[in-house]
Amino acid sequence: MNWINNVVRPKITNVFKKRDTPDNLWHKCSNCGEMIFHRDFAANLKVCSNCNHHARLETDARLGQLFDNNQYTVFDVREVQHDPLKFRDQRKYPDRLKDNRAKTGKPDAVTVAHGPLDGTEVVVAVQDFAFMGGSLGMAAGEAVVRGAEEALARRCPYILVAASGGARMQEGILSLMQMPRATVAVQLLREAGLPFLVVLTDPTTGGVMASYAMLGDIHIAEPGALIGFSGPRVIEQTIREKLPEGFQRAEFLLEHGMVDMVVHRHQLKEKLSKLVRVLMHRPGTDGSMTHIPMPVVSDEDAGTPPAVI
Amino acid sequence: MHTYLEFEKPLAELEGKIQELKGLAHQDPSVSISDEVEKLEAKAAQLLSNTYKNLETWQKVQVARHPNRPHMIDYIDQLVEDFTPLCGDRQFGEDPAILGGMGRFRGRSVVIMGHEKGHDMESRMHHNFGMARPEGYRKAVRLMDMAERFNLPLVMLVDTAGAYPGIGGEERGQAEAIARSTDRCLSVKTPSVCVVIGEGGSGGAVAIATASRIIMLEHSIYTVASPEASASILWRSSDKAKDAATAMKVTAQGLLDLGVIDRILPEPIGGAHRERVQMIREVGDAIEEEIRGMEGLNGDALVKARREKFLAMGRIVEE
Repeated sequence: MNWINNVVRPKITNVFKKRDTPDNLWHKCSNCGEMIFHRDFAANLKVCSNCNHHARLETDARLGQLFDNNQYTVFDVREVQHDPLKFRDQRKYPDRLKDNRAKTGKPDAVTVAHGPLDGTEVVVAVQDFAFMGGSLGMAAGEAVVRGAEEALARRCPYILVAASGGARMQEGILSLMQMPRATVAVQLLREAGLPFLVVLTDPTTGGVMASYAMLGDIHIAEPGALIGFSGPRVIEQTIREKLPEGFQRAEFLLEHGMVDMVVHRHQLKEKLSKLVRVLMHRPGTDGSMTHIPMPVVSDEDAGTPPAVI
Repeated sequence: MHTYLEFEKPLAELEGKIQELKGLAHQDPSVSISDEVEKLEAKAAQLLSNTYKNLETWQKVQVARHPNRPHMIDYIDQLVEDFTPLCGDRQFGEDPAILGGMGRFRGRSVVIMGHEKGHDMESRMHHNFGMARPEGYRKAVRLMDMAERFNLPLVMLVDTAGAYPGIGGEERGQAEAIARSTDRCLSVKTPSVCVVIGEGGSGGAVAIATASRIIMLEHSIYTVASPEASASILWRSSDKAKDAATAMKVTAQGLLDLGVIDRILPEPIGGAHRERVQMIREVGDAIEEEIRGMEGLNGDALVKARREKFLAMGRIVEE
């Protein structure tokens, strides 16, 4: 505190404070510095109209992007243990949670909803980096599991949009255990023959990356997204070298065979729709049915192995 | 030469004095010191027992990382006959940070694998301090596949600070390798037992720790991230590792309370490193007991039970 703050009355200092109105009107692209009118930026799904930089998208905008006409229903998620470690670092964990809930309007980092995507029913889970770095704690893990349960019950595809720094330290080992828990959920989908599609957005790292985010049937990444296991800072500190340009970016993962495609946000829905329709044996959006319908197998036949391999 | 930890300083002094006295008596047999030595030894034993009875979390972290603590190699030497190590992931390379193979354990054929940290500078470098790369986890998957194919129980010993953060590992899909290993470990249709023998660090540990039965040694730790890494994330300073370890309840006792592990195996007084043979034998007994308990269960039942066990973690039990 500067001495003047103690002497000058607060009301007077308010006059000298910067007004924050310009922040609400303009967005400055973090990549190219272009000033974009805020409303235009939101309408463009937070993609810079100048350089195509994909900024982080909040949950509601993402759900609105994927579901037809913004029609979707959000699922409730089972309650989980509340602060089992009684954790406190610089602040108490429950206080942090409260702030993040107020900031994002969401109970935790993962929101699960269902609704139509180009007319095909899907379950979508969205992880929001704005909520404690999208960290995977018990509530987020439970939401991922819940999404799988709903997809199983409805026999529909499960699309997961990942964004996370990794496990939630404040929940200790129980946060680490969300990796196997979510993995079990993915296994159940796999056994039921339901598609599990993962969209990797900026950033997806750590325990999320080392579990369900890398177990999709198909991996789609958003351009330029940071995707990896260890964060770049940790790697730099370990090997004491500067990391190469483009390291751990979406395009790097494509080149190294870890993702199937890098898709521009504006084409994401169309791409997902196409994949989901083919995998679910549905006609194309134009009504075309280009494949032979799947033969119906009776329960008795299903148990016997094929006579010829 | 015994390595003393920082909190064992009083003990080191006492035991040093005993050695000194013994040396003196050796030089000059006319001096009778047996009474004195006996008294000091009793005092040292008491001190050791008192120190280890009430270890703080951070002291346990140090014990878990003690250089003389029995490692994977020691367990194999003492417990497994006809051990044949297998190498390579059949895709890129061999990773000596995770050792594994097959052999006979107390009359049973088993597949055994685990992290090896190494015991001197040269072997530590060779095993990369027990920090595995993707190849290690892909080899683990290969071994799990074999365990299932040949119907062999699977034993996994965990001792790692975490998976290795490096450029090559990222290029070859460290995250994917860990995810697949966890996935396979959960789905393997054979009895599996995991023992955290030292340090269980993060995803690098989970990858081979999602077993039917999970045991921790009394002074081992199991963490979401190493205390140093957690401190640098939460406090922006790795000096706070002690606080991070304590706040995150990383001890076997903490984990048993949270329902994450099934059992704690007591260590000899003064820690596993003081009575290595005894410790290894007791770990063997526990593994044998757990495998025996799962005998007769079919593969599907084992997988179902394992899945339910993990899904139940952290859930509120409805009355």
